[in-house]
Amino acid sequence: MNDIIKGKWIGKPLDRVDGPLKVSGAATYAAEHDIDAAIGFIVEATIAKGTIASIETANAEAAKGVIAVLTYENAPKMAPWGDGADDRFEQSHGVLVDGTIRHYGQPVALVIAETLEQARHAASLVAVTYDEQAPALGVDRADSELAEGLDGGFEPTNRRGDFDRAWAESDLTVDLNYTTPHMIPAAMEPHSAIAEWDGERLTVRNSLQVIASGVACLANTFGIDEENIRVLSPYIGGGFGSKLGQHYDTILAAAGAKKLNRPVKVVQTRRNLFHAGPHRARIEQRIRLGATRDGTLKAVNFETWSTQAIGYFYTEGPMASAASAYRCDALHWTGKTRQANETLNDSMRAPGEALGGVTFEAAIDELAEKVGMDPLEFRLKNEPTEDPASGKPFATRDLVECMKRGADEFGWADRPKEPRSRREGRKLIGYGMASAIRGNMMQEGSCRIDLSAGGHLTVKMDMTDIGTGTYTILTQIAAEALGLHPDDITVDLADSDNPATAGSGGSFGAGTSGSALWNACIALREKLARAGGFNIDPDEIDFDEGTMQAGDRAVALADVLKDSDGFSAEGSIKPGEEHEDYVQNSYGAHFCEVAVDMDSCEIEVRRFVSVFSAGRILNRKTAHSQCLGGLVWGIGGAIREELWMDERTGGYVNRDLAEYHVAVNRDVPKCDIIFLENPDPKSNPIGTKGIGELALCGAGGAVVNAIYNATGKRVYDLPVTLDKLL
Amino acid sequence: MTSLTINGKAVELEVDPRTTLLDALREHLKLTGSKKGCDHGQCGACTVLLDGERVNSCLVLFAGCDGQDVTTIEGLKDGDELGAMQRAFVSHDAFQCGYCTPGQICSAVATLKEVERGDASAVTADDGDIHLTRLEVQERMSGNICRCGAYNNIVDAVMETGGAALQTEAAE
Ligand code: FES
Ligand code: FES
Repeated sequence: MNDIIKGKWIGKPLDRVDGPLKVSGAATYAAEHDIDAAIGFIVEATIAKGTIASIETANAEAAKGVIAVLTYENAPKMAPWGDGADDRFEQSHGVLVDGTIRHYGQPVALVIAETLEQARHAASLVAVTYDEQAPALGVDRADSELAEGLDGGFEPTNRRGDFDRAWAESDLTVDLNYTTPHMIPAAMEPHSAIAEWDGERLTVRNSLQVIASGVACLANTFGIDEENIRVLSPYIGGGFGSKLGQHYDTILAAAGAKKLNRPVKVVQTRRNLFHAGPHRARIEQRIRLGATRDGTLKAVNFETWSTQAIGYFYTEGPMASAASAYRCDALHWTGKTRQANETLNDSMRAPGEALGGVTFEAAIDELAEKVGMDPLEFRLKNEPTEDPASGKPFATRDLVECMKRGADEFGWADRPKEPRSRREGRKLIGYGMASAIRGNMMQEGSCRIDLSAGGHLTVKMDMTDIGTGTYTILTQIAAEALGLHPDDITVDLADSDNPATAGSGGSFGAGTSGSALWNACIALREKLARAGGFNIDPDEIDFDEGTMQAGDRAVALADVLKDSDGFSAEGSIKPGEEHEDYVQNSYGAHFCEVAVDMDSCEIEVRRFVSVFSAGRILNRKTAHSQCLGGLVWGIGGAIREELWMDERTGGYVNRDLAEYHVAVNRDVPKCDIIFLENPDPKSNPIGTKGIGELALCGAGGAVVNAIYNATGKRVYDLPVTLDKLL
Repeated sequence: MTSLTINGKAVELEVDPRTTLLDALREHLKLTGSKKGCDHGQCGACTVLLDGERVNSCLVLFAGCDGQDVTTIEGLKDGDELGAMQRAFVSHDAFQCGYCTPGQICSAVATLKEVERGDASAVTADDGDIHLTRLEVQERMSGNICRCGAYNNIVDAVMETGGAALQTEAAE
């Protein structure tokens, strides 16, 4: 266990260090850098599959202010989509390479003009005809194959135990078919980029969660060396998975800037993003569960069918929610998919568990009811002692503690036992609960720190802050380790010239970058201790308020620094053996109350109590916010969000924020969020676990279970919109 | 030529007549604090105060603002210091990525004014008595989407700035 962390800065609810910039409009997001750039506007394909038969640009070129119209006939050379790497974030994202259309909304031209108004108008003058082919769209169980792998590192099949036997031995079973819809991450900042070339050297300012793989993508797309590429994303207006990789804005801005030899800015419109940005695939799910009369879970079988975009290998696995949840004799799953002419199906916040946390937790609720048990008791009874999917030991396990604490705080004992049994006037009241489990991942990362002779520390890495609070928690980690005040620390992120990390994604960002920084600080402590004349283990020296102290010997850092050139150190981290030998998860439990109007069937989520265990909490204020965000997504996902595909064209018909409903302020009650702060030394040196996605996992499950408890209706085709309750 | 006041300063600017107030601010006047989230009046990220009333600046043509008074997020500072609502947003962590935040803050400032002068909302009781309750704030702030989901904290920040006790829904 880490003894150096005393909690002077780590854990404190420090205000965000970038807060003042963000509330005053002074934080510079991707499209806001003061660079004199021409403006590019995207022309989208209006078919899902085929080739361009003709593309007429003369009218657009003649329009006022237009500088160039890029099409596959004249665009700078780019490698075909998918070339250069197996990793989907590093592979070529070449566009305007040839006349082939893989999905609706794929860019077929970029109109570049002096102003946005000119570019937008001229884009409407580009005339395209197509040789259309019949597209592959939607889930097709018969035409599906086993996925090459499932997100989160899960195999596409799992065969632990004898399912047929366990199923046969079950007294009570459920066999349920769910569908979860296409969804869109809809980060509030649209994907945007400003690109400029200086000879062979490309600089891109954009909005990107992972810098290093984004550099590789540009290298593969444009056939240039990574050393010649610089990417900067200092402020990012939300990611949620949609900015893990490069997208058309960046590729087209770079292509346009190369063509013009002048900076070009491309901001995807909100409507563009519904097709040309990544989104979550529609997934069909079959869940079979069996239990004996006494409530012992025997058999679990979870099958999914989804789609992936052409040349973009990604399959989400909702069965992740079953992997570590409940003890059973047999746990099988199968994840199948097919390549379809759909837009990029990709990671969206808490891939896997965001969906399984609704469907699997609803299926467990239904089985518990069949058995005749309180769904909480059913879960407690089936608490596993080892990981059900793999048989490996858990690094830590405090799901039961989360459930019990949440039940107490919420008043679960007072729940309406029978569905549709509690009314307040014309409102039906229901309670629901669900577990939260999210895999705790670590990645590789490195960091450099420089302590100046004047005592100011600069932290450098290519890590990003997508609203997660990275700037702030890294400041706190360095302050804690080195005994500096946060005001004496500058955190410099999201610049590809800095040491590489895995960026922000999969809730591994804080643990990975924080541990790399921690290790750099440990190295710096050693150097400072030696320079200060200490010959003992530096871990025994207390660094606090600018002083190193051990026993009765105290040395001011200022004295060590004043005649020096400053001190620097590097640190790195990679996932340790504990991540191989143990199953690592963050845990939680949700309890929710809903009121459903008996006449209109409007659903109001009234109350939420959630308990989370995510290791050491680095900042109680920003951690709380992360979890709040997860609950908001859980509510929106359960009762609001749904993209409708036009199955003739592969386009989405509700492609804007008026028709695609995310949760708004009035959809969300005051949420009660509680942390069990149990640092996990098996996770990483600072004892943290992933937190950014945890709260979303199971939050929707609690909502749909509460809706059932209120109304007596189970809905299998998500989201649970009011029409389905009528 | 359009002549108007922006954050207390006289501005004269001639732009393409198709230019929205939002694009004029962001692309021509380097006031990038106002954000573009949808460009369709659906998200609230572009909210500014026009003659003191909140508007979605993506739905307003710049050329139509002649003689009007515009306040953006940059104009809500108190000299070099953050304004009261801005401070409350920081201390309540009423944002994460910060992209919806300027719009939220402009909307919040207008919300307090609307409640104060007695504008009713969809949740105002029939007796017309308007109080700064959580529900009123939630209703009035629901035109500003926050995909990061900072809603609870936004309500806290607005209520504190409005001088209301931070009571919970149940206590109302
Ligand atoms: S940008 Fe104006 S409302 Fe969304
Ligand atoms: S703070 Fe990110 S959208 Fe509101």
